[in-house]
Amino acid sequence: MTPEELKSQVLGILATIAPELEPGELRADKALRSQVDLDSMDWLNFLVALHERLKVEIPETDYAKLVTLEDLLGYLNKKLP
Amino acid sequence: MIEFKLPSLGADMDEGKLLEWKIKPGDAIKRGQVIAVVDTSKAAVDVEIWHDGVVQELITKPGETIPVGSVMARLRETGEAAAAPKAAAPFPEAPAPTPKAAAASVASVPPTLRKPASPAARKRAHELDVEIEKVTGTGPHGAVTLEDVEKAAEYAAPAPAPAPAPAPTPAPAPAPGADRQAEMRKAIGAAMSRSKREIPHYYLAETIPMHRAIEHLTRANEGRPVTERVLMGALQLKAVALTLKQFPELNGFWRDGAFQPGAGIHVGVAISLRQGGLVAPAIHDVDQRGLGDLMRALADLVKRARAGSLRSSEMSDPTITVTNLGEQGVEAVYGVIYPPQVALVGFGRIAERALAEDGALRAAPVVTATLSGDHRASDGHRGARFLAALREQLQRPEEL
Repeated sequence: MTPEELKSQVLGILATIAPELEPGELRADKALRSQVDLDSMDWLNFLVALHERLKVEIPETDYAKLVTLEDLLGYLNKKLP
Repeated sequence: MIEFKLPSLGADMDEGKLLEWKIKPGDAIKRGQVIAVVDTSKAAVDVEIWHDGVVQELITKPGETIPVGSVMARLRETGEAAAAPKAAAPFPEAPAPTPKAAAASVASVPPTLRKPASPAARKRAHELDVEIEKVTGTGPHGAVTLEDVEKAAEYAAPAPAPAPAPAPTPAPAPAPGADRQAEMRKAIGAAMSRSKREIPHYYLAETIPMHRAIEHLTRANEGRPVTERVLMGALQLKAVALTLKQFPELNGFWRDGAFQPGAGIHVGVAISLRQGGLVAPAIHDVDQRGLGDLMRALADLVKRARAGSLRSSEMSDPTITVTNLGEQGVEAVYGVIYPPQVALVGFGRIAERALAEDGALRAAPVVTATLSGDHRASDGHRGARFLAALREQLQRPEEL
């Protein structure tokens, strides 16, 4: 999967959690959860959906590394099967 | 013959619009079955029935808006002989306005001279000798509710009634595809105004050390796949429910001037909706659920609440509400009780603070838990003991 394909998949999943999201307004270098207003339930649902779609397991101890969209994409890129 | 009436799905509901029947005449139905989908200002609710029977007649038509308490369908009890639908059996009770007439008074688009009011309100107004035309309605589109009538009677009893408020201008018919957000804002406003008008709230707060609960949860989640992880919100719900077992006076309803204890511990969870507004549907029997089961129920409830698909028993059953605004960053929330409930528990943000414990000072995560209590049903003394017991319960997370 190319980085562009990954990004579009991740944004697609994010849109199912936050349908009002305008992807153009999302800053990839700013904290994702506060920009999109994801509470812990939304965040968990987001990770479950990523897990189901991309077959990537994200342990809770790694949450702290995943602050921005850039962080998340880099992390997923390394872990993709 | 069983009359199935539109149930009230919360203090802020006076009417509902039938979207769809899930049954047809002749169907045998079971207690607990979803028989209709009704649109309220908050969600499209799957309405359940609490009798077994056979459908005789569907009265309300899809698309019709009807007041709470209107007969929507008639059912035969299992074994009862079928009556021809037209040969209406005489009803034992005094003739109430027929559902169709009642529906017309509320749902008709051109403003009628007759004041919109629920059938229950009309009946009560008649009993109390209140002129319904002079009562200011607080329901949707200025409809007079049962509460409004009783209040009007209260005011009227000791002194001459205050000059009748000017009749509200007839609300314009909602635009097609009516703005649900505006409706929800109005419904929340009505319920919360009623709460602040009627419920003598008292408020208590307690700081609760959370390091034990956090460690417990972190350890438990370590071995779990992402699909089975448990959130702190679920642990807090369970702690509230278990603690409530010792404080039945905080779990139930204030109705008709008296406290009625809840039949179970059905915790209403305040869920904010992404487009604004909130709902607080119940998770049933929280005290009896395992944490994994509770977490699945919570995730499912949040998902369905946000998709606007809830069940009638979830809307009408909560015996207490829990709200958690910690993730929005506030330290504490002093909530408004959702009538007819008598208590609300709030959790703020979990944050590190200086904590003195066993003679030593250290940095530790704490949360401020609050209790809003109805002073008619309980006193601050018991409320304080509840919060202290909740604090202790959260120090023993392995029991949750």
